[in-house]
Amino acid sequence: MAADNVQTFTDGNFETTVLKAGGPVLVDFWAEWCGPCKRLGPTIDSLASDYAGKVTIGKLNVDDNPGTAMKFQIRGIPAVLLFKDGQVVESVIGLAPKEDFKKVIDKHL
Amino acid sequence: MSTRNVIIIGSGPAGLTAALYTARANLQPLLIEGLEAGGQLMMTTLVENWPGRKDGVMGPDLMMEMREQALKFGAEIVQNYVTSVDLCTTPFVVKTADHEYTAKTVIIATGASARLLGLPSERTLMGHGVSTCATCDGFFFRGHEIAVVGGGDSAMEEAMYLTRFASKVTLVHRRETLRASKIMQDKARANPKIVWRLNTELDEIIDHGKGEVTAMKLRDAKTGVVEEVPVSGVFVAIGHTPNTSLFKGQLELDANGYIITHDGSKTRVPGVFACGDVQDHIYRQAITAAGSGCMAALDAEHYLDGIPEHLQS
Repeated sequence: MAADNVQTFTDGNFETTVLKAGGPVLVDFWAEWCGPCKRLGPTIDSLASDYAGKVTIGKLNVDDNPGTAMKFQIRGIPAVLLFKDGQVVESVIGLAPKEDFKKVIDKHL
Repeated sequence: MSTRNVIIIGSGPAGLTAALYTARANLQPLLIEGLEAGGQLMMTTLVENWPGRKDGVMGPDLMMEMREQALKFGAEIVQNYVTSVDLCTTPFVVKTADHEYTAKTVIIATGASARLLGLPSERTLMGHGVSTCATCDGFFFRGHEIAVVGGGDSAMEEAMYLTRFASKVTLVHRRETLRASKIMQDKARANPKIVWRLNTELDEIIDHGKGEVTAMKLRDAKTGVVEEVPVSGVFVAIGHTPNTSLFKGQLELDANGYIITHDGSKTRVPGVFACGDVQDHIYRQAITAAGSGCMAALDAEHYLDGIPEHLQS
């Protein structure tokens, strides 16, 4: 199942699993009440299986983890940030097709 | 891949209703969802005017149910978006980034997308304080002062919704009178958190070099006086533009870019039908979009029935 590859990031594990991770990490900031976020879900799931072993991909629920969302100045969701060496290297705000995410990720592989 | 009977472009109430009807007519429709899958209702909360749902239904839930209903009757749904169409050849050609499909009929249900003001700052600050989706982004403005631009029903709805989070919502509209229906105006006017700035143009959205919205520049349309008002969010609700760039030069469009239909859902090209907001700037309701999706499905079915035997697969 695709969802098996998708990590769950939280305020608690963000430092170790994202900021101090070895390779690139893609974080999908989402919430239950956000329609477009729900539609983006399957795209993130399929990216996670496509890039399994190469890029860590996961979701962060902004309702449950307001600290991280605030720290990265998230003001609109869905927002997908790509982290590398603890820094934001790319961001995609709003709904976008899978190819757009692939292009963004491939630049940093 | 063999030629399809029907390709439906778009997945709002019009597209999904067309998929439901053509699937039930055993036409094995293929629906290509598009970028804003589910359409405008995905951006709403409680829909209270969908007949039969007396207690209302959440917009995104309604769209999920429509999608499942279309799937249940055999519609095939592709999560992709169309990059080009050729409606001048037979069969018609519909392309996505990685596939090329052919079809005997095409039902266009691409809808309309939120219109922007056209300010340079608007695009750079999108997602950083500028938004077209109150239900998505309102949450991030708890305790903040924000603005809503627009004078229609959706502007009223967004402003009222945002008062749940924001300490103050300034409603900016360039005219003296609102376009919104009376019931929505009355509700909004009764809300003590909404401050009205009518006859006022939004000239610029400012970030003071911070990369997120810090203020807006308002100009009084009568006096010309310009004023900088601190806000941390600007929600743009000034209407919609039809998603018809794919069809320019191939179908007849009106001055505002809407597809012109005649005799139901028919376009200038026989076998190509249009339904929903992409061809309707007057009613623009979920129920009228669904109704026209049904019309397009029946029109496509009748058209296919009339195709000479040697052209059918």
